[in-house]
Amino acid sequence: MLLKKFKWPIYHIFVGLLAIVMVYPVIWLLMSSFKPSNVIFTTSSSLIPDPWIWTNYVTGWIGSSGQSFMSFITNSLEIVILSTIGAVLSSAFIAFGFARLQFRGRAIWFGIMMVTLMLPHDVVLVPQYIMFSKLGWIGTISPIVVPQYFGVPFFIFLMVQFIRTIPREMDEAATIDGVGKFGLFLRIILPLIIPALATASIFSFYWRWEDLMGPLLYLNKPSAYTVSLGLKMFLDSESVSNWGAMFAMSIVSLIPVLGVFFLFQRYIVEGISTSGLK
Amino acid sequence: MKSLSLRNNLVGYTFISPFVIGFLIFTLIPAAASLYFSFTDYDLLSAPSWIGLENYTSMFTSDDRYMQSLKVTMLYVFLGVPLRLIFALFVAMILNTTSKAVGLYRTVYYLPSIIGGSVAVSIMWRNLFGDQGVINVMLNAIGIDSVRWFGDPNAALFMLVTLSVWQFGSSMLIFLAGLKNIPTELYEASGVDGAGFFTKFFRITLPMLTPIILFNLIMQLISAFMTFVPAYIISKGEGGPLDGTLLYSLYLFRQAFVFFDMGYASAMAWVMLIIVGVLTAAVFATSKLWVHYETEGGR
Repeated sequence: MLLKKFKWPIYHIFVGLLAIVMVYPVIWLLMSSFKPSNVIFTTSSSLIPDPWIWTNYVTGWIGSSGQSFMSFITNSLEIVILSTIGAVLSSAFIAFGFARLQFRGRAIWFGIMMVTLMLPHDVVLVPQYIMFSKLGWIGTISPIVVPQYFGVPFFIFLMVQFIRTIPREMDEAATIDGVGKFGLFLRIILPLIIPALATASIFSFYWRWEDLMGPLLYLNKPSAYTVSLGLKMFLDSESVSNWGAMFAMSIVSLIPVLGVFFLFQRYIVEGISTSGLK
Repeated sequence: MKSLSLRNNLVGYTFISPFVIGFLIFTLIPAAASLYFSFTDYDLLSAPSWIGLENYTSMFTSDDRYMQSLKVTMLYVFLGVPLRLIFALFVAMILNTTSKAVGLYRTVYYLPSIIGGSVAVSIMWRNLFGDQGVINVMLNAIGIDSVRWFGDPNAALFMLVTLSVWQFGSSMLIFLAGLKNIPTELYEASGVDGAGFFTKFFRITLPMLTPIILFNLIMQLISAFMTFVPAYIISKGEGGPLDGTLLYSLYLFRQAFVFFDMGYASAMAWVMLIIVGVLTAAVFATSKLWVHYETEGGR
């Protein structure tokens, strides 16, 4: 409707130009990663590297103080995979209870869950840290992974909404056939909510991959560092000599994120427009 | 009958038990502990000692850095959130067409939001605004002097705000979904009546979108208050220059894990909770005045 004011070519030029402005910083980062460190800033206005070099990727990958970037990636993947399995399965289990079962206090617990969805995490930061340190979990991935196995409110909410769109006749038919509640969840509902499970998995992947606070608090050995912490370490030791390497590894850290985005674009866009968080 | 409902309760609580247990262990008990710590002096090494309201009073009377972090956060939230929402709505409107290229545009416009939370992007942003960075080169090209982004507290905060506006994608997608739900007949009917673009926008589009604006506003408000990573990375954990990027979460983190003042950090967390709660409640309370639901009588 705004469009009627535009003529088509003008529209595409305008929207295209704005799109370039939007992705320019990312392209700048990518191109800078192929420039020698000492000219990154003297040539920051021109995108094309001259000379074009690959060595930033090599030096960045080798890393510093004996930690290769590969170990950061392995550590991150371990956390992401273990967390995502826990978050998605437990959330689906809980969501089934809220969406399909009648029991006393259901509304109250659902309300509590919605409140935790909006609760600033800072409120529990300090006691959680103390609790995990008393448990001897500092230096392990348990403080980051274990809580995920108790359901993630946002995913529970997402899945409850999704389960509610499934006709209840399915449940009734299965119940007549003698399927119990657990079988109903496992054999009927779970296969039907795969799109919601996929959306939740993608979000879980993003949040754990990008997480800085958790690793910052709980992982104290460089050998256990995640990609986020590895990049931060580059920044701490920032000097002219390793800007290129830092940019190169920044690009490497974005590859899995972009890969998931392009593979599952449809799910992500649908998941967000129906639920609305990032 | 009674045994049946007992059974129902048992099955129901079995399914939600992970949440119930997790809520008690990871939320309710820690929240209660944090409330208790907020009235104590606690450095992790010795037992917490009760000091009453001292943490709370010194926050507002003798801690200039606290007041600064509150000011910076308020600026960040009240500048960043509206700008982000306005930009998101603007982009959603220009992308609300049936052109084939729109899918590509949406992908490109959404990309910054997907990678936005990562440390890589904060590092990138830090360097774009460096003394010799692209932003200054561009400013020079149009005849404006370089800005020392890391020397001037206001400029540094501006850097954080632009980063948050750049990641408008999720709000944009929600607006887009909302725009698609507005019946085209409304526009056609008002077009027949001779309404121009602005009349249509203010009489149809905006009122029809108010429930979605409310949703986006609440979500963005809460997440903006908790912003941590960009401020931490861009200022290398310090909140500088001159505490210009000392966002609330960053100062809380420093109090707890740099100065090991767990009591003070807990008190800060509770004040934050109260501020966020009051703001959210205020938005909900005023929403009756400006949120328009399709079904008369509202919901």
